[in-house]
Amino acid sequence: MVKGLKIQHKIYLGLMFLFLYAPIFVLVLYSFNASEAMGRWTGFTLKWYRELFRSDVIKNAFYYTIICAIISTIVSTVFGTVAAIGIYYHKKRVQDYVLNVNYLPVINPDIVTAVSLMLLYISVGIQRGFTTMVLAHIMFSTPYVILSVLPRLQAMDPHLIDAAQDLGATQLQAVRKVIIPEIMPGIIAGMLIAFTMSIDDFVISYFNTSGGVTNLSIEIFNMAKRRIRPTVNALATLMVAVIVMFVFIINRIGSKKKMEYRLKEDEK
Amino acid sequence: MNRTIKALLYPYVVWIAMMIVVPFFLIFFYSITQSRPDSPAIFRFTLQHYREFFKTENINILSKSVILAVETTILCLVLGYPAAWIISKTNVNIQNMILLLFILPMWINMLLRTYAWQVILSRTGLLYTDTAVVIGMVYNFIPFMVLPIYTAITKIDKSLIEAANDLGASSKEAFLKVVFPLSMPGVITGIVMVFLPAVSSFAIPRLLGGGQYVLIGNLIEKQFYLLNNWNFGSAVSVILMILILISMRFMRKSGEISGRGGAILW
Repeated sequence: MVKGLKIQHKIYLGLMFLFLYAPIFVLVLYSFNASEAMGRWTGFTLKWYRELFRSDVIKNAFYYTIICAIISTIVSTVFGTVAAIGIYYHKKRVQDYVLNVNYLPVINPDIVTAVSLMLLYISVGIQRGFTTMVLAHIMFSTPYVILSVLPRLQAMDPHLIDAAQDLGATQLQAVRKVIIPEIMPGIIAGMLIAFTMSIDDFVISYFNTSGGVTNLSIEIFNMAKRRIRPTVNALATLMVAVIVMFVFIINRIGSKKKMEYRLKEDEK
Repeated sequence: MNRTIKALLYPYVVWIAMMIVVPFFLIFFYSITQSRPDSPAIFRFTLQHYREFFKTENINILSKSVILAVETTILCLVLGYPAAWIISKTNVNIQNMILLLFILPMWINMLLRTYAWQVILSRTGLLYTDTAVVIGMVYNFIPFMVLPIYTAITKIDKSLIEAANDLGASSKEAFLKVVFPLSMPGVITGIVMVFLPAVSSFAIPRLLGGGQYVLIGNLIEKQFYLLNNWNFGSAVSVILMILILISMRFMRKSGEISGRGGAILW
């Protein structure tokens, strides 16, 4: 498969992938095991999946995870893009101040960010729940959107907007019709980061929600803390399946796009 | 021009003031005050929480966290560097495929990946030991090491290696004197990106170290969830922040640091 590599290199890569994938394989395998005791195979079953689908806790957590990710992704993408455009047109000194603060949630350990927000909610007297969790997600995703949009703005030809305005566009029209399309790849990258970070977040959500509002990470943590249960394996298997499907689709779209570009090149 | 466009920034300034700056100062405030148990609004300034941190048991927790994080970082570097180097040498057509395979496990929820190790380690008898915690952290964070190193190696101008070879360097010498030094920025980024989450992690030690296992992250969590001692918890958070600032400053001297997480993956 891997041409041009020495045999020991292939073995090393193989071992690396074994290390990365063996645990996932074990998870998937034991989700179909009849016995609850992990490590002993006693026959094929789907009962853990049935148990999973019957569990209201999991359904709830799933629902909150998705809704929270959708809301926080939309808000932080729009908010971050708008802020990045604003930052770009300010003086260097203002830029530096804003970006330094913007970096805080990026470099601070998650647990410190989480605790600081928790203290804010407690001090102001806001009951922690779904809203506080969404606000927290917007807070930690927006900086990443800004960091992925800003380089695109800096790479943009500054004369574009002048040209648009010379041709009679108002400032906001220039933003909408010239800048936004120009920085679209940065916006999309930022959006993807925001979405995956929200879906994956554990620490910040854990500290900033209460009252029966949880997400999948928190539920997995709570279940794993108590006892190893095959229902967690079933959940893991489903999540792995979704991710693999997602990657497969993206790859297909990617290779289709590549083909289209190639064909266009050929026509020329 | 551009007054309207400049105004686009102002809502975000208000937002970060509220959600980043104020909470940041709240941690400091809580860490140096103590309020009366009956009326939280009455408080006095004190350094008792910091004094409490410097008790032996807490210092032991801190040094254990640092030692495990350093071990994790070294293991990630030793295992990850060769992997990054080999990937960079593969055929371009399948390089992206291999990279994708490397990143793919990261898209699976971190807690599930840790749970998987709970399952495996419970059968080997290693569960609830230091080794288990280090294995879990290496597994979770090794892509953070491999990806920046890989990026740094692919950026190296190939003609430099050819020049070294032409001048009589063996491939081993060329690696040691050209490739490795030029990949240092990637190594530094990798070290920071592994050390940072490793030293502050609390889910991995909790799940693989067991309920009694306390690293600095668990110490903070306990103050907020179990003991309701927010003031001491805040003091520990401040110390963790300072520790990380110092280690970043230390690393920054030897190379540039790019942002954590996402950016490199997309």
